[in-house]
Amino acid sequence: MTGRSIGRGILTGYVALYVAILYFPVLLLPVFSFNNSATPKFPLTGLTFKWYEGLAGNSAMHSAAWNSLLVGVCASLFSTVLGICAARAITRHKFAGKGAASGLIMAPLILPEIIIAISLLVVLLSIGMELSLLTVILGHLLICVPYSVTVLVSGFEGFDPSMEEASRDLGETVWGTLRRVTLPMLMPSIVSSMLVTFTISLDEFILAFFLTGTEPTLPVYIWGQLRFAAKLPNVLALGSILIALSLVMLTVAELVRRRAEARTATT
Amino acid sequence: MAGMIEIEGVEKHYGGFRALGPVGASIAEGEFFSLLGPSGCGKTTLLRLIGGFDEPTRGTIAIGGAPMAGRPANLRPTNMVFQSYAIFPHLNVTENVAYGLKRLRLGGEEERRRVDEALVQVELAGLGSRMGNQLSGGQRQRVALARALVMRPKVLLLDEPLSALDKKLREQMQVELRHLQRQIGITFVLVTHDQYEALGMSDRIAVMFGGRIAQIATPKEIYQNPASREVADFLGGMNFLTARDIAANGSGFSADLPGIGGISGRLPAGSDPAAAGAAPVIGIRPERLRIVWEGETADRIIEGTVADRHYFGEVTNLVVDIEGQDAAVSVVETNDFGADDIPVGSSIRLTCDPDAFVFMPG
Repeated sequence: MTGRSIGRGILTGYVALYVAILYFPVLLLPVFSFNNSATPKFPLTGLTFKWYEGLAGNSAMHSAAWNSLLVGVCASLFSTVLGICAARAITRHKFAGKGAASGLIMAPLILPEIIIAISLLVVLLSIGMELSLLTVILGHLLICVPYSVTVLVSGFEGFDPSMEEASRDLGETVWGTLRRVTLPMLMPSIVSSMLVTFTISLDEFILAFFLTGTEPTLPVYIWGQLRFAAKLPNVLALGSILIALSLVMLTVAELVRRRAEARTATT
Repeated sequence: MAGMIEIEGVEKHYGGFRALGPVGASIAEGEFFSLLGPSGCGKTTLLRLIGGFDEPTRGTIAIGGAPMAGRPANLRPTNMVFQSYAIFPHLNVTENVAYGLKRLRLGGEEERRRVDEALVQVELAGLGSRMGNQLSGGQRQRVALARALVMRPKVLLLDEPLSALDKKLREQMQVELRHLQRQIGITFVLVTHDQYEALGMSDRIAVMFGGRIAQIATPKEIYQNPASREVADFLGGMNFLTARDIAANGSGFSADLPGIGGISGRLPAGSDPAAAGAAPVIGIRPERLRIVWEGETADRIIEGTVADRHYFGEVTNLVVDIEGQDAAVSVVETNDFGADDIPVGSSIRLTCDPDAFVFMPG
């Protein structure tokens, strides 16, 4: 065995171990969700769908899921719109304080989320705003916008500014250019931005926990359920559904993104 | 008669830096006008000011008699072929060409007719359904051209449109562009850093350096009587010789060149040898110097030594040291008589016609 192939063997082993540690616990979730024991442990005692059936009639869970969906859609939509504006300013214009502005947009990425959550809570309460899904959406916007901006800045950088100029040159207005050239060209980045921010919002717990009023989002609901040991298998079933949905959504979004990318690739 | 484009006292500043100007020019209707200069000379800046992508800091631009101040690109009678072509990759060729027509609401029939006409004009008929990102460089260039021409602009602006093409295609497109311009008869303003492109295509050239226009004239005038050493050097290379005495007489001059002798030559318009100081500079193009072979004679013989030799296929460039001149001169000779076999270090005799010398101001 040469030194090179030993090195290869070690690296392959390392990657295998890494992937196993990362995904093994996640894979246990669906396994236990079909197990008819109320405690998640081996050996498995028998196949059942009762935990899933239990979810079907659980209206509290349904409204939490609906809340999460609503928050996720709003947060990803607003975050992407704001991201388009910010990314355009950053990539296409020069202005005083640009470095500071883009730095501050990115800051929530590295600030401890619990600090953001507490300060937001204090501010929102002091201006007399009631906690609701709206406050959760606002909180989520704060942490989603940096991701949108990152994705969309690379989107803007990936297409030739003279395409927008060509559109103006051919008689089109600023808004017409946005509609007929800029947005179609940005479509892959817009899809990525919506997807990334939706998934961030969907499983965000800390901000939602602090800012939610009487309507919990799904992670907050799950957290609440974990206090009752008997509810654990239902949570496992719910988790399995979420994993499956995420996989489907990721696949669909990636397909859409690739199609859009093939259409707008410049070479 | 006022020109199609009137540029007066135009300057463009970026922060405290003056990138352009002041420049002025008058470009006639139907003229093929080139802005020629090295990168950073302000030629693209000026073109963008004409097209309405930027506003001048000072000065005015009028097109077709109408002042353009405050009018953005979409309201100007100009269209641009961008250096990158800027073909919309998400649209096909027909949609690209029809892009600007959509706003004119011509109706499907008329729109189709104009798109087809433009595609025929640039020899792209039949490629209408090809997507923007499935085209070769030459085809993209043609689509960009058709997309601009279909708008029937008064002025077509071209920003280094040929620089991305390989040499063969570039030369072919030069001929086609010139032909197209004559055929449709509108004003073309071309930005280029390629002297051959400018010389071969233009009615007139503005040579630019450091944000200023150094000379505006016909290609022949610029080549033969460059207004400055910079212009002379940028267009095709020029040998600079130092003179001892110089005296103007009418539109010409006489001078004494160390190592060469007494010569006479042309004065470019507006130049004054008396202002040239102690070491006036005389220029001669490399192709105007000829080798005097064994057994030949000439009225004037310049003795020199071959310092270096560069082979270019059909011609050889000999670098020759002349006694009394500080800088070596370059001589371009066809290879028919064996210029490519002259050894480095050997003595050589050169000659030139009496009208080959031109005085070089500043």
